[in-house]
Amino acid sequence: MNNTVLYILLGLLVFSALLTAMIKNTLKAVIALAVASVILTVIMFLMGAPLAAVFELSVAAGLITAIFVSTISLTGSTTKSDQTENNKKRLSRYIYLPIIIVIVAGIILITKPGLDFTSIAMATEDTVQSTIWQVRNLDIAGQIMVILAGVFGVVILFKERSKN
Amino acid sequence: MLSTIFLIVVLLYIIGFYYLITTKNLIRILIALEVLTKGLTLTLIYVGQLTGQMATAQSMVITLIIIEVVILAVAAGIIVNIFNHTDSLDVREIFRKNK
Repeated sequence: MNNTVLYILLGLLVFSALLTAMIKNTLKAVIALAVASVILTVIMFLMGAPLAAVFELSVAAGLITAIFVSTISLTGSTTKSDQTENNKKRLSRYIYLPIIIVIVAGIILITKPGLDFTSIAMATEDTVQSTIWQVRNLDIAGQIMVILAGVFGVVILFKERSKN
Repeated sequence: MLSTIFLIVVLLYIIGFYYLITTKNLIRILIALEVLTKGLTLTLIYVGQLTGQMATAQSMVITLIIIEVVILAVAAGIIVNIFNHTDSLDVREIFRKNK
């Protein structure tokens, strides 16, 4: 039962990623991306990664969608070339994508390549908290620096803009 | 089940790369990067399940998400600035105007 749900969700994830690429309207593409994030959240939860799933839901599906929507509202959802582009021309650009996907899926399903991690598999009983704060505690410092760099980057960008 | 997840990861990478190559809109290039990141997130969780080190995988996914959102915020700011200067989001038009 659990596996069936996972298969359905994986299929929906690929479908929503395809929709993201193929939808003409940028705002709708962003909404499809948010749906993909929500589906990925459920998949991560089912695969036994609840903490990362919560992060994915709040940041990737929430904050990133908000950033995209605000960017689109500041710039306009479509470019001039997007507006003038013929639907037929656009369809011909993306018609190869489903074909490539079907071919690659067929190759993978026929050859069934397996990733063998058994030689490096070391099942540990560490919790996420102990991993983050004890094993990979330098990552926290790196994350803080990345966030600070991002904040300063955005501040500088909008400072320049207001000056102009 | 695990080989199915491998298949989905490869498909997500293909969709992301194809989208990245074909689109000319700056916002859509960012969306393509996001699709690629979804594939990467699923890869990390998949490898974490294969190796039995889900705690490490989760901590790496959290790091990835933080880096992803920071890059996106800065890139979005740059795109807004580019739009204010060139009045376009099309890569070809921006190159033409900057020549």
